[in-house]
Amino acid sequence: MIHRLPPGTRDVLPAEMRELRALSDRLRASFDGAGYGEVWTPSVEYEDTLRRGDERAARAGAYRLFDEHGRVLVLRSDMTVSIARLVATRYGGVRPPVRLCYFAHSHRAVERGRGHAREFLQGGIELIGPDAPEGDAEVVALVLGALEQAGLRRHRIGIGDGSLVRELLGELEVPHERRSALLEHLSRRDLVALEFDAEAIGLSPAARELLVTVPSLRGGPEVLDRAGGPVARAVEGLRELYELLAERDAAERVILDLGLVRELGYYTGAVLEVYDPAVGYALGGGGRYDELLGRFGTPLAACGIALDLQRVHAAQAAEERLL
Amino acid sequence: MSGLGPIAGGLTLAVPRGALFEETLELLDALGIDTSDVRASPRRLLFPGPGLGGGIERIVTMRPSDVPTYVEWGAADLGVTGKDVLLESPDREVYELLDLRYGECRMVVAARAGDDALEESLRRLGVARVATKYPRIATGHFTETGRQADIVEVKGSVELAPLTGLVDAIVDLTATGRTLVDNDLEVREEIVASTARLIANPVAHKLKAAAIDEIVRRIRGVRG
Repeated sequence: MIHRLPPGTRDVLPAEMRELRALSDRLRASFDGAGYGEVWTPSVEYEDTLRRGDERAARAGAYRLFDEHGRVLVLRSDMTVSIARLVATRYGGVRPPVRLCYFAHSHRAVERGRGHAREFLQGGIELIGPDAPEGDAEVVALVLGALEQAGLRRHRIGIGDGSLVRELLGELEVPHERRSALLEHLSRRDLVALEFDAEAIGLSPAARELLVTVPSLRGGPEVLDRAGGPVARAVEGLRELYELLAERDAAERVILDLGLVRELGYYTGAVLEVYDPAVGYALGGGGRYDELLGRFGTPLAACGIALDLQRVHAAQAAEERLL
Repeated sequence: MSGLGPIAGGLTLAVPRGALFEETLELLDALGIDTSDVRASPRRLLFPGPGLGGGIERIVTMRPSDVPTYVEWGAADLGVTGKDVLLESPDREVYELLDLRYGECRMVVAARAGDDALEESLRRLGVARVATKYPRIATGHFTETGRQADIVEVKGSVELAPLTGLVDAIVDLTATGRTLVDNDLEVREEIVASTARLIANPVAHKLKAAAIDEIVRRIRGVRG
């Protein structure tokens, strides 16, 4: 007899589970070998806690319930806020750096017919304490190496700066009330709407050109030279990070992407996204969030990245088919 | 780091059959891409290279509303589709790179000529019945204009719905307005104008950046 599952959820049977387990074991071994201890946090948190960390992260949690006292619980949509809460609560007296990793399910809302997962398994690392760019370089190099140890061959990492686009809008003196619409276009990369609005606002042709071309720059270190003055601070940060990654022999997998924007609002510096040419979707992402822990009363710099393990597994399978 | 595999530079392009087909092929011709096989084979769907030229490794043809789906999941790196299709599926994660400025049409509210069924339903019943193939655009339009509407989704000729009394009005795409006139319908409101757009898969946009930027540059060149 057939009993249905909620759309976007699924069972895992032994053949898949064996591969998934092997994949997560190899990632865990890499993370553990680099000193990242594994933690668990509850799958539900108080909504107030998530909101203290990040309004958007709290809203992204699609599933809410009331406990017996009427308090609102949210099924987590992301691990990073929970890790920040955990570090503030459990590591109060510990001298940084704190290195943690996790393998856990998160949940988000899905639309019918889109083929997206409502429940997904994430494996990730969080490095608390070290500043940019050294901390970023450690996280990027570790995740690239761990994916290679896990059997991926062609993966890449996109690196951008979470505040670059804001900096650019400021430099171009875009009126404040117009910025959110432009940011929205840029994060969706709706370049047609971006060009249209830039003209409607009355930006000079030179400013319009910069607004469209700078966030479209992506590739090797040469894009940093082409970005020039208006985003000098972000470019300098990316250059330092790139040089550290080159020293760690990790630069050949790096795509510098000046338009990279991540949905969550807590990123303050580098933003990261992992790709594999065998599949058309990102395998994971993360970035630097230097203000999040402060909101929990422990002002520490931090950087982390989370991989969607079922997507990494799919990329691995797709790579093998292409070979 | 060892064993870094190469990224193939060739692009898969999704070409919409239907209203945008001919002008899309003309654009590809202008870019020096060989469309003779696509033109010669109306029922074939996949046209592999090599030899297509212009950095295109493969052409796949499909209905315009499927283009964002193939592009979102990376089954095609680039695609051409109408803005109307993109507005109807706003959550698709695709990048909109260029307005190709052909395939011009308008999304409109239309009703029977000389008939006030729409106004009367809103006034007396508090709600209008509206048929459409674009439920999200229609719902959005009536919501944003503060009117209540029951949206009825139909797949075929929407023009039939108000003529038979199924609905008070329709939301549909019109280029010349001829089909509306032939069925005694008239445009009441314009919702949005639409043209063909070039869209890209987000991952391909990064991993095949040079090839995609080159195509965009050349399209800007031939379209002025």
